[in-house]
Amino acid sequence: MDISYIVFIPLIPLAVFLLLGIGYQKIKPAVSGYIGVAGLATSAALSYYAAYQYFFVNGKVDGVYQTFVEKTVWMNFTDTLHIDMGILVDPISVMMLVVVTTISVMVHIYSRGYMEGDNGYTKFFAFLSLFTFSMLGLVLATNLFQIYIFWELVGVSSYLLIGYYYTKTSAVSAAKKAFIVTRFADFGFLIGILIVGYYAGTFDFETLNAVNAEGEGLLMQWGASSFMGLSVITWGLLLIFMGGAGKSAMFPLHIWLPDAMEGPTPVSALIHAATMVVAGVYLVARLFPMYYFVEDGFALNVVAYVGAFSSLFAAVIALTQTDIKRVLAFSTMSQIGYMMLALGVSSYKGHEGVGYMASMFHLFTHAMFKALLFLGAGSVIHAVHSNYLKDMGGLRKYMPITNITFLIAALAIAGVPPLAGFWSKDEILVAAFEKNQLLYFVGLFVAGLTAFYMFRLYFGIFWGKETKYHHPPHESPMSMAFPLIFLAFMSIVAGFIPFSEFVTADKVAFEAHLNLPLAAAAVGTGLTGIIIAWVFYKKENDLADKFANAFGMFYKWTFHKFYFDEIYMFVTKKIVFNLISTPIAKFDKKYVDGTMEGIGNKTVLISEKIKGLQSGRLQDYAMFFVSGVVILALVFIYLWT
Amino acid sequence: MIAGISIYEIFTLTSILFFIGIYGFITRKNLISILISLELILNASAINFVVINKYLYPDVLQGVFFSIFIIAVAAAETALAVAIIINLYRQISSVEVKDTEIMKY
Repeated sequence: MDISYIVFIPLIPLAVFLLLGIGYQKIKPAVSGYIGVAGLATSAALSYYAAYQYFFVNGKVDGVYQTFVEKTVWMNFTDTLHIDMGILVDPISVMMLVVVTTISVMVHIYSRGYMEGDNGYTKFFAFLSLFTFSMLGLVLATNLFQIYIFWELVGVSSYLLIGYYYTKTSAVSAAKKAFIVTRFADFGFLIGILIVGYYAGTFDFETLNAVNAEGEGLLMQWGASSFMGLSVITWGLLLIFMGGAGKSAMFPLHIWLPDAMEGPTPVSALIHAATMVVAGVYLVARLFPMYYFVEDGFALNVVAYVGAFSSLFAAVIALTQTDIKRVLAFSTMSQIGYMMLALGVSSYKGHEGVGYMASMFHLFTHAMFKALLFLGAGSVIHAVHSNYLKDMGGLRKYMPITNITFLIAALAIAGVPPLAGFWSKDEILVAAFEKNQLLYFVGLFVAGLTAFYMFRLYFGIFWGKETKYHHPPHESPMSMAFPLIFLAFMSIVAGFIPFSEFVTADKVAFEAHLNLPLAAAAVGTGLTGIIIAWVFYKKENDLADKFANAFGMFYKWTFHKFYFDEIYMFVTKKIVFNLISTPIAKFDKKYVDGTMEGIGNKTVLISEKIKGLQSGRLQDYAMFFVSGVVILALVFIYLWT
Repeated sequence: MIAGISIYEIFTLTSILFFIGIYGFITRKNLISILISLELILNASAINFVVINKYLYPDVLQGVFFSIFIIAVAAAETALAVAIIINLYRQISSVEVKDTEIMKY
């Protein structure tokens, strides 16, 4: 299969970025929007073509999806250890290409309406293209180092876009927070890469993930050296997962995601809902055979538990938040926890690898309906000029399209059949049920919570109290409505894609069945959540407040996100800054700087003292010269033997 | 060869002459005096050349020629030095060494 044209999928957004970035002053806003959309549309078309070619025409040999790689050696260390640049085409990368370009093109179209009249219109599109380029490069990376490079690029573009409203203090600090937290996590990622590179002798995904005919990992050296009771490779994988957890906002590195909502809403939809935040999931999926085979999947268990806990934790916080974008942010975190959970409970072969498939499936469907939710929220914010639930209510009359599409997305995420979320969530719960019942019940409970907070949001925005608006809210323009409609369509149909035929752990298609009792349980839980939300929020009443008061302390805790920001502030400001940084800074000032400055000062002092020697008087020099000669003469005559 | 005078006596004379020159060079405050002291040093060495030639190697003439060279060079050098001193005098109206210290440090 010829894959060389795939390289243009990331390169076109890069070209658009350079064009818009360099021509920032000259290109008119109206034109730059079209350039951005056109570039992305080309990329998307190429991605669809690639997906068609790969999945339906010539990606399969004997029922196994092949991995196609094209690369050049970039930096050579040893014969096996080298950093390459290239593209890798296999089921998950093709799927991600489709997801990223689809969402990106929708967000581009949407941004044309949403950002209209903004001063940095062209800049915004340039940044969006930069992000898309980085994300596509990340998806197509052939080795750990290449993925790391694009990983950081994605982080940078996320930073630029969160801090897009750079005159707003909160946006600036949110951007910094996001960058620093993810960078901190990436430090672990880098160490993990170096450990794996050192002990496995290669960065290459193909070699790292190589599996022989019996389905056993060829990477069998993992037992060779151990550290604190675990194989070093396991440590490497755990550190790599730390990087993934940072990007994917897994507990305890999640604190940046809610604040990242300070960015423009299309950015939240693109980066902090559908694409960048699933990079961690993608990373684990990319290294899945390694996670699974090294040390009997110890690292993978960690992934499962971290995912499950984050999922529950975020869902509980989402119940009480009043900023609609923050609810969606915590919902994203919760759903990504779901995907991590699914990966964590997956096995490798055949139907036992259902978790892997479910995770990717959920990634796909979640991208659609979560982007839709964010874009819908953006549409509401655009109309009401506020992020807070208290300023909304009864909007269904003013914004019919947003109302219906938002409802579809909320139903999809709540797992109501036959919408997309139902199918993927069901697969996840099946996978969890087969492997670990505890995780299954966590997942089921989270499903109920998800349905509840999503409909709390829905009823709060579109029903509930009749709010008086200064300006009557209006439906968004067509450029914003079209992406909503398209994504709503996708949220309905995406679930019917037979994912198990395309994306599986061992790249062999299998038949996925709907597990009726489990599905019924999930749907039942979801509907319960929806009904409770209906009772609480459909009509304005004080039931919800009474209920909140009954929980008292717990409600307060969740409302303040369990005080995690405060804990981090305490740890960094009081402990790290005071006990570690300040003494080190003092030591640096006093001793390190002191030594160097002392040398300089002493030199100056001595020079001041001896500069009198350079008197400029010929006779002084002659005096020194003659005395020198006399002394030498005396030495030679009397002391030289 | 000068009858009755040994080479040691002449060396004593030139040494005295040389060190008088050095002493003058170092201690005089006037540029002209310094120049004169310099002449003394040159003369001492010129005499040494001649004397060593005559007393130790009477059959060759290099030493004598060298002293002639020294006289010639000294003449040129004096002319140059006097020219410099005159120019200096035009600038600062003085030939005292203490007034020529503007280039120190």
